[in-house]
Amino acid sequence: MGADRLRHMFASARADGRTAFLPFMTAGLPDPSGSPALYRAMAEAGADAFEVGIPYSDPLMDGPVIQRGSDLALAAGTNLDVSFEVIRTVADRSPALAMTYANPVFRRGVEWFAQRLSGVGADGIIVPDLPVEESADLRRAASRHDLGTVLFVAPTSSRARIEAVAAAEPIFIYAVAEVGVTGERTEPSRRAEGLVKAIRDVTDIPIVMGVGISTPAHALAAAEAGADGVIVGSALVRVVLESPDAESAAYALAARVREFRAVLG
Amino acid sequence: MTSMRLDRPDARGRFGEFGGTFAPETLMPALDELAGAFTEAWGDEEFVAEYRRMLSDFVGRPTPLHLAGRLSESLGVRILLKREDLAHTGAHKINNAIGQGLLAKRMGKPRVIAETGAGQHGVATATAAAVLGLECQVFMGSVDIERQALNVLRMEILGTEVVPVTSGAGTLKDAVSEAMREWVKSVESTHYIIGSVVGPHPFPWMVREFQKVIGEEVLDQIGSDLPDIVVACVGGGSNAMGMFYPLAGLGIDLVGIEAAGEGIATGRHGASIGAGSPGVLHGTHTYMLQDEEGQVLEAHSISAGLDYPGVGPEHAYFHQSGLARYESITDEEALDGVELLARTEGIIPALESAHAVAWVAREAGSLQGKTVLINLSGRGDKDVEQIGRARAGR
Repeated sequence: MGADRLRHMFASARADGRTAFLPFMTAGLPDPSGSPALYRAMAEAGADAFEVGIPYSDPLMDGPVIQRGSDLALAAGTNLDVSFEVIRTVADRSPALAMTYANPVFRRGVEWFAQRLSGVGADGIIVPDLPVEESADLRRAASRHDLGTVLFVAPTSSRARIEAVAAAEPIFIYAVAEVGVTGERTEPSRRAEGLVKAIRDVTDIPIVMGVGISTPAHALAAAEAGADGVIVGSALVRVVLESPDAESAAYALAARVREFRAVLG
Repeated sequence: MTSMRLDRPDARGRFGEFGGTFAPETLMPALDELAGAFTEAWGDEEFVAEYRRMLSDFVGRPTPLHLAGRLSESLGVRILLKREDLAHTGAHKINNAIGQGLLAKRMGKPRVIAETGAGQHGVATATAAAVLGLECQVFMGSVDIERQALNVLRMEILGTEVVPVTSGAGTLKDAVSEAMREWVKSVESTHYIIGSVVGPHPFPWMVREFQKVIGEEVLDQIGSDLPDIVVACVGGGSNAMGMFYPLAGLGIDLVGIEAAGEGIATGRHGASIGAGSPGVLHGTHTYMLQDEEGQVLEAHSISAGLDYPGVGPEHAYFHQSGLARYESITDEEALDGVELLARTEGIIPALESAHAVAWVAREAGSLQGKTVLINLSGRGDKDVEQIGRARAGR
């Protein structure tokens, strides 16, 4: 459990020449009781680790699909307790990172939040509205509870900012493949290669690319650019939103994950 | 009083414990660039002269300071009105829109975006964009589009595209969120003209600097005869901060009026300071309306401009340090405030500004013999249909 499990995952993926595949899925979809089965299906289909979204009312970094997923999960009764229980079932099987926004974390306190996450076996935490200069408290709390923290680098980030991110020693760098919020795109990122190179010039910390990666072809492009892992979110959440029930959602997700897995080695 | 106002936030964008930069990494370089560009521009005599010239020639500043004779008589309180409703486009919002529009041009950004609640900031930004030759898009909640239809038409006539926002309750909070998402996409070519003293650093500080002309004019106009009390409505809080900041520390009782909506006890209100708690909303650490798990609650107010579940971080600092105090007024009281001012002074105030008028009317008994200055932040033309409906429902 914890940061070491993630380090080991990236190390073995690198050793095998594979690119890790990290699905994002909002906890509590399609409803709290049906939620764990979706992650289980994706794990069995070859997902390496999960970004488990703790739903939030005002997800600033998310496009319409994940916003809608978040709203539906909240309406279905997904509170923090439900989210933590979902994370527990995910982490029993695979490395699991919690993703949420700064306000739910600060409302309970960074120490409380890190302790609870650690208690359910989570390996890390991702907070997209906490840039490196606002992240020190969370990083300290996460480190006390053996959680990895994730920091972001965007195509707009300067070298100085990338250096500051690297110096904070995130468990991986979330490389934002598109200038924009999460959501599906028709074309693969034109920024992927330059972004990976800019980060690699500074640090050897694993790079996981996300935002706008919607198809196996996009994922392959990110892998070829040199990313250690890829995150796919909206394209998978949409599958759930379009499925009539949890069982068919799980089935459809597994099929999608196998398609991504097939191109990522 | 031991606390002092802060000329500018600290290096981390903080007013005391409030403020900061809680923004996605994609925006961070733009926020750094903006802080640098604003600091440089604000120290450049030519830029400041151009801003001041536009405020006088285009906006019509200084706005009058008007002794409200009949209102004073009816309440037994000497009341002065700072007539921001007479600024071009009908509210104080234009001061900031012109400032940020000039800054966008200086930074070489050909396009601006904005959020709007009541539509006053949207109209101000559309106006600034037209006169400065910038492309403009305004995000507005679908509910607000309905209740402020007049301002939607004004923006469209000015050549701005109004983008409806249907997420959440379709009000100001959702419009800010959507404008920020759009800025994440277009940050390389676009400046986001945020409309209040909210958002990540440097916005709260920069917007206050562009609005402080309100209080500075008052000091020029009033001489040594300072008012005892200064009252302004507070949604995000830009008219109030523009008034309060220059007057803070002079021994004046500064009172910000939040929206009590249908009553604080009903939970349907916009009183972030009066009934909220500290948290992070739209990039800044401040008082906000939230549940125990940090989910943002919907605000409610009859006035779209106060219908916001957060408040500027400098107001949070003013509240905590005792530099100002914050009270609230209900929808019903605000409607009475509209009629009172209309019938005693011949001025139809914006529903937002009517909150300040209504507070003075409600508290008149304890204000006898005092001089009270009300910041009349905007005019009520945009609200007449809604006021008419509310009157019919009474």
